Amino acid sequence: MSMLDGFKTTVLETPIHELDPRVKMFMLASVTAMAIMFNKVVPLLVISLAQVPLVLLARVSREWSRSMRGGMIFALMIFGMNLVSRAAYAGWTVDAEMVKVSVAMALRFVALLTTFSLFFLTTSPDKLSLALESMRIPYEYCFAFTTAIRFIPIIAFEAQAIADAQRSRGLELDRGNLIERLKKYVPILTPLIVSAIRRSMELAEAMESRAFGASKRRTNLYTLKLKPRDYVAAAALTAALCISVLVRGVV
Amino acid sequence: MIEVRDVHFTYPNGVQALRGVSLSVDRGEFVAIMGENGAGKTTLIKHFNGLLKPTKGTVLVDGVDTRKSTVAQLSRKVGIVFQNPENQFFCESVYDEVAFALKNFGFPEDEVEERVTETLRRFGLEKYAKRSPFLLSGGEKKRVAIASVLAWDPEYVVMDEPTVGQDYKAKTELLNLIYTLLDEGRAVVVVTHDVEFVAECEPRVVLISQGRILADGEAHEVFSDFGLLSKASVVPPQSARFTQMVFGQPRALNVEEAVRLLSSMLGVGR
Amino acid sequence: MPLIEVEGLSYKYPKAKDWALRSVDLSVDRGEFVVLTGPTGCGKTTLCRCLNGLIPHFYGGEMRGEVRVAGLSVKENPISTMARHVGMIFQNPDNQIFALTVEKDVAFGLENLGLPREEIRRRVDWALRVTGIEAIRSRGTHELSGGQKQRLAIASVLAMKPEVVVLDEPTAYLDPKGAEEIMAVVDGLRREFGMTIILVEHRMDIAARYADRVVVMEGGRVVLDGEPAEVLSSQEAVRLGVDVPKVVRLHRCLSELGVDLGAPTVMLEELAERVREAMRG
Repeated sequence: MSMLDGFKTTVLETPIHELDPRVKMFMLASVTAMAIMFNKVVPLLVISLAQVPLVLLARVSREWSRSMRGGMIFALMIFGMNLVSRAAYAGWTVDAEMVKVSVAMALRFVALLTTFSLFFLTTSPDKLSLALESMRIPYEYCFAFTTAIRFIPIIAFEAQAIADAQRSRGLELDRGNLIERLKKYVPILTPLIVSAIRRSMELAEAMESRAFGASKRRTNLYTLKLKPRDYVAAAALTAALCISVLVRGVV
Repeated sequence: MIEVRDVHFTYPNGVQALRGVSLSVDRGEFVAIMGENGAGKTTLIKHFNGLLKPTKGTVLVDGVDTRKSTVAQLSRKVGIVFQNPENQFFCESVYDEVAFALKNFGFPEDEVEERVTETLRRFGLEKYAKRSPFLLSGGEKKRVAIASVLAWDPEYVVMDEPTVGQDYKAKTELLNLIYTLLDEGRAVVVVTHDVEFVAECEPRVVLISQGRILADGEAHEVFSDFGLLSKASVVPPQSARFTQMVFGQPRALNVEEAVRLLSSMLGVGR
Repeated sequence: MPLIEVEGLSYKYPKAKDWALRSVDLSVDRGEFVVLTGPTGCGKTTLCRCLNGLIPHFYGGEMRGEVRVAGLSVKENPISTMARHVGMIFQNPDNQIFALTVEKDVAFGLENLGLPREEIRRRVDWALRVTGIEAIRSRGTHELSGGQKQRLAIASVLAMKPEVVVLDEPTAYLDPKGAEEIMAVVDGLRREFGMTIILVEHRMDIAARYADRVVVMEGGRVVLDGEPAEVLSSQEAVRLGVDVPKVVRLHRCLSELGVDLGAPTVMLEELAERVREAMRG
């Protein structure tokens, strides 16, 4: 799925990449808060567009646009579902207000998709794990999280390989009614799950063989140090949050 | 005949996997496709049954353009056995696993039963008919994977790295199977790294590197050009290296040939 | 005292009917390069798992007999302790990588051991240099080729400075050039650092030339154990279905025809030299 491309970490040297992962997590949280705060088109549009310069600064516009393209379907679905449910509630009539709200909901999705995409594109799971550890989350959870992320592309690749093998045995995924088509995914999901289980066994063996859990106090090759630009970014985000709250109060 | 005419293929992420590949495979031919990891071998065979359609160029199977057929239609004629058999199993029994493709292709019930029983017998898998495919050993799994493809009698049989992780006995069995398939008039295409395996059975060899065909000809010819082999990350067979050391140029492909050559030069033997 | 001592080792996987290992005796000295082979299902992988404690601690099951590495009993020490002395490298390159960047993966084991950052940095630099992947230390692990991934696995294990390195068919997923690269790196570990190597491999053409010793297993037992040329040229090896190296087959066929080529060898160059002499004489 091309939408997943928008979440694969890139290894570049841009100001955004170099930001402390904890600051980026703060960015994630604050943008999410801002996006949820508003349900009007204009503020949500501002929140979405304001991130575009960040995307450009991080030099990840290609990957980001792929996630946008993939996400368009969902955005349209959100627009459609909102409109239909509101119209139905009002006795099957449509007015401008309903359309505006539905557009706003779709924009909220776009804003969130952008910020999550930007976060994952510019933050390596290794650094993320470090950030989580420094926030006193037990290492086992951080490790599970980053390992899962690391394997998303591998599992996606495997799903494709399995689909290829089954199609070569005559499985036609695009034929049949809804029930039939859903059943056709069993030959793809079953082997995928079996493979995931086998893989986790092999990983566990390798982890043990590298003394995982040997020491209660795990050390680290890297260390996280906040730099001036991190403080500036954090300050800017705090300011943006405050402004949002104020604007919300008025709007 | 499978005809590949000046095929170019670029993946959606921009990687150019094939850059102008042309070749043809006739019924009864035995072809080995070799090259480094990422050379385009698997990409090429996926064009044979329409899993991939060329970005430029054409692929014809018995005269039919792959762009105008579905994978299911093409797979009837071109059976591909992919690399990791565990990647395909999802049924509760070996019987069901072998029957899967037959059902997909629309064979009538009685024919399905006939074919499955016959195929299981042929591969010595009858005693496993009711067993779960997941509980079999590695070699047995491989047999089930091959059996499930041969059950529908494809005219062209393609195998992707069939010798990986197999011990000597299993490789010998595989070779015998290939010879039987060839005797039955089918075409067999094997994608492999295993130089010794290829040297043993002397098929036509196609060398691919970076999306282009470097060589396409008799095993002897292709394997005597060490420079070319090196470009495709292929290591020359031991006997070729050996005769190179003795004579300054490779003059044998496998042990049999080397022994025949040397015995006549040394004036011994029959 | 031998570095690895296996005495009367028998093992049964949990819920299994048959014994996977039957009274195995094996003794390996420091600095030896042992190639372990045999038909599929003979127990070679199981034996490897006994060397670093995966058996019995990870797999459970029933284990009888003794396994001692560097004087430590495998039964009595946790895997994390054994891991400091026995490094293990597995077949699948993807399933033994734990970080997103090369150098972080090399550091993984050291971080687990809780070593100070300076020490970690030093060892990571060293391991990267020895395995020849220093230049790609900052690259993403997903971008590596199969051969590079396995070299990374070796570096990651090497950084922990074990005395023994066990490799379970490390070249299975690699192309021939990649396989040769890895074999050269492994041989280098033995030559430069005196590490003891246990290599499980089917393809004797690739491995025999590096071995001090070849051990062949069948049905959970050690059936042959000795010098490579002797073991691989024996009738027993043929019966067991061992992948006899071409050089040994060439030697046998020519000797049977009456050509005097001396004792069997696993070195292609040696045989070639002897044949050239025979042709001259």
